[in-house]
Amino acid sequence: MPEVRIVNVSKKFGNIVALDNINLTIRDQEYFSLLGPSGCGKTTLLRLIAGLIDPDSGEIYIGNRLVNDVPPEDRDIGFVFQTFALFPHMTAWDNVTYGPKVKGFDMAEATTIGHEVLEMVKLHERLDAYPNELSGGMMQRIAVARALAAGAKLLLLDEALGQLDAKVRNEIRYEIRKMAKDLNLTGIHVTHDQSEAMAISDRIAVMKRGRILQVGTPQELYMKPESIFVAHFIGESNFIEGYVSSKNNGNSVVEIREGLKIQASNGAVAEGKQAVLCVRPETLTVEKSVKKASNTVQGTVERITFEGPNMRYEIRLENDALIVAIKSSMSGGWFSIGEKVAVVFPVANTHVFAYPEGSSLKEEISVGSR
Amino acid sequence: MSGSGLRLKALTEKIRETLDKLSSRTAIKFAVYASAVIIFFALILLPPIIGIVIKWDNIQFILDQPPLVDRALGAIQNSFIIALIVAALDLIAGIPMAWLIARGKSRWLSAIDTLADIPFIIPTTALGYSLLLFWSDSGGVSALFGSSLVSTGWLLVMLLHFTFSFPVVVRTLVGALLDYKVEFERASRTLGAAPFTAMRTVTFPVLRPAMISAFILAFARSISETGATIVVAGVFENGPVFIQNMKTEFAVANPALYNGAIVFASFILITISLLIFVAIRLIGPKLRLPLKRVRPVTERKLSYKKAEKSRNTITLIVFFVLILSPSLFVALPAFQAIFTPSFSNAITGSDIWGGYWQSLLLSYGLGATVTIINIIIGLPTAIIIARKKMGKFMSSVFDLLVNVPLVVPSIALGVSLGIFWKASFALPDIMLLIFAHLAITYPYFVRSMSAALERISPDMEEAARTLGAKPLGVFRTIVFPLTKYSMLSGAIMVFTRSVSETGATLAVTSNLQTAPVLLVNWIKQAVPASRLDIALAAGFLILLSFIILLALRLVVGREEKY
Ligand SMILES: Nc1ncnc2c1ncn2[C@@H]1O[C@H](COP(=O)(O)OP(=O)(O)O)[C@@H](O)[C@H]1O
Ligand SMILES: [Mg+2]
Repeated sequence: MPEVRIVNVSKKFGNIVALDNINLTIRDQEYFSLLGPSGCGKTTLLRLIAGLIDPDSGEIYIGNRLVNDVPPEDRDIGFVFQTFALFPHMTAWDNVTYGPKVKGFDMAEATTIGHEVLEMVKLHERLDAYPNELSGGMMQRIAVARALAAGAKLLLLDEALGQLDAKVRNEIRYEIRKMAKDLNLTGIHVTHDQSEAMAISDRIAVMKRGRILQVGTPQELYMKPESIFVAHFIGESNFIEGYVSSKNNGNSVVEIREGLKIQASNGAVAEGKQAVLCVRPETLTVEKSVKKASNTVQGTVERITFEGPNMRYEIRLENDALIVAIKSSMSGGWFSIGEKVAVVFPVANTHVFAYPEGSSLKEEISVGSR
Repeated sequence: MSGSGLRLKALTEKIRETLDKLSSRTAIKFAVYASAVIIFFALILLPPIIGIVIKWDNIQFILDQPPLVDRALGAIQNSFIIALIVAALDLIAGIPMAWLIARGKSRWLSAIDTLADIPFIIPTTALGYSLLLFWSDSGGVSALFGSSLVSTGWLLVMLLHFTFSFPVVVRTLVGALLDYKVEFERASRTLGAAPFTAMRTVTFPVLRPAMISAFILAFARSISETGATIVVAGVFENGPVFIQNMKTEFAVANPALYNGAIVFASFILITISLLIFVAIRLIGPKLRLPLKRVRPVTERKLSYKKAEKSRNTITLIVFFVLILSPSLFVALPAFQAIFTPSFSNAITGSDIWGGYWQSLLLSYGLGATVTIINIIIGLPTAIIIARKKMGKFMSSVFDLLVNVPLVVPSIALGVSLGIFWKASFALPDIMLLIFAHLAITYPYFVRSMSAALERISPDMEEAARTLGAKPLGVFRTIVFPLTKYSMLSGAIMVFTRSVSETGATLAVTSNLQTAPVLLVNWIKQAVPASRLDIALAAGFLILLSFIILLALRLVVGREEKY
């Protein structure tokens, strides 16, 4: 039931900087996610915690013990691999009881533990089957059961749901979280799927190119993203380029076209600087009547997508930016393509970020690894 | 380009197109596969069996002489005991070596990897002479001990067999280790297993098929080898040496007894080899050792860095002292010989050396011929096995049969083949030689090719078909480029095996001398060859083998591209 502390950890593979001076604390009994696009270093960080690879520099603590020199078998961890890595020459049962056996428990004890964890993953049928005879969902459960049976205090999951189809994945992700909570484990869950991370995590670290950009609860990350990338990667955001024309009591006014000004709720960027406005689609209000109001921009509906619960409008603003606005389908008053509309920006939910230095907005929000 | 050049190009294009078209006809496909199967039975599998049946009646003559029967049985028993022990020792020494090569991080390892192949590439007779000089001769390590350290006999035979089987085991295991998914081992570590425990409980069981096949290969090499064994055996007899001794003792004096003895010995050797082979193939995969309690403390100790270091050190010492130095020892006297008349005699081909270059030419010519024929008849066979063209069951039976020549002692195979072809067709000796070498080397190409084919997903071939390629076109554009390196290494195995082969050559002809046969004759002093002559002759053979090995490394080394 440990806290995990990562201090100044870096790791290179040849010329590739996989992790660049990572500092992170994962609290005791927390269910924590490492989230980021593929290639950002999540697996590397998880393997460092597990002791499967060694850091180039920095320290890793598990429950206040410095574990840099502790081999994986002595770290009291359970690791669920992306490919499950079930031993092909052992039955499901032998896989599950492998941990207790190699730790030198006697047979009776190993058997008891085996039954306990199988109870937990609700899988008691087909124990005599070999891994290649099991379905993906079953293999996943066996892999989790095997990790738990070894007496893990810290459960590490590397894209452990990635191989499952959507329906099974959505069911299993809550079960895993619940199990970790019931057993008072600390869980570290690696995923590139933001909705998965949002759904099950106490806190999330968003990573990009070997660095941690922001750590917070799902709500914090969604409501108060600290960077363009986080705003883009978590949920959906509209970005509009402009200049900060003035600032007053913590708010900023951003000019997105000659004479067209939008007020934002923060003052992160100095006056006169190039900036990016960021606003989530569902916070925008779209109105029919073309009237002059504050924080409002005129636009034309270009595309409409019916998504069931929501209507999704793509609107070309008068400054030529294309934005997305989402309205509940049930609220009525739908618009049609080509219709002129007014888009109201809510001050409280509109944020301003400095324009990325030395690169472009497009590059900043790209998820490619390099 | 000249007009005729263009016309030639158009013509080859046309031929290729026609062949491609023909290849999609079911009847033609069937004909190609059927002829591969028929050739296998007619040329490889049935002749030795029929050969033994033809002279079956002669067995009576040896059965009338109980002492000779006892001698034969004793020799055969020696063969199997040595083969089993040697295969086990090779596995014990080969596993840490393969581990070191596959997992080690030092940049020296690729050099060691190449060195480990040396005993395989050196024709065994030359290797045997080198070991003889190293272990028994007053010029070798024995000089340090005053008397002969290891005298000729069973111990030297065992050392020899251990040495030439070692590369086969290492090569097989390194390949398997490189293919192995390290994730399994990592999983085991995170579940609480120390490195040694992970190796014992996960890696080894997963690699068991490779270990079984390494064991079979080492066993087969040991059972089969004749030339070098004769060189180091002294008065000791194993199966092949017994058969060869029968020839010198009775071939002229009592042909009926001679035929009886060799048929008797060959029959038993072949039968028991096959039984053992089938038993290992059937039982091996079923052996599942239950994971009993582990001893965490002891196994932990075995995992320490220190333990690993000393394991690596012992492995390397064993390799350099027991395997590499004896194998290359003959280079010393060979260098000495450069400054003696032996060398000028060798270069000018005068004195006894006239026959040497002829025999080299015969050996390499034979090797090349056999290799080409093997590629032609082996390719369809490999496809049948890899793609299960005869149905799942029949294809795996076929696979098993194709491996038979591998485990049958080559001198016994030679004896029965010789009887068959001489008795039924009165073929000239050179044809006998080609047929015998063909039979012995047949499995090597097919095995390496079918393994390579199995690695290519059938999806890829199907994709090419859906894009409009005819079957032959698929082979030319997809399969061949992806397997050409395995093809080449299979071909080189066939070639070196043929150049090395002594037992079958001795059995089918007395008139034609291949290089290893000539070397045996020189060592046995059938001609007055000096020690330096022999060393030089072995040296040339080894040098040529090195050149082949280097060429192989240069070409096959680029395989990792895909
Ligand atoms: N064993 C390795 N050798 C070389 N490069 C590696 C290795 N493991 C990871 N990398 C590189 O490090 C970076 C981070 O990889 P990884 O941690 O696997 O990312 P993620 O799990 O977030 O997709 C990638 O650029 C990847 O190519
Ligand atoms: Mg990953």
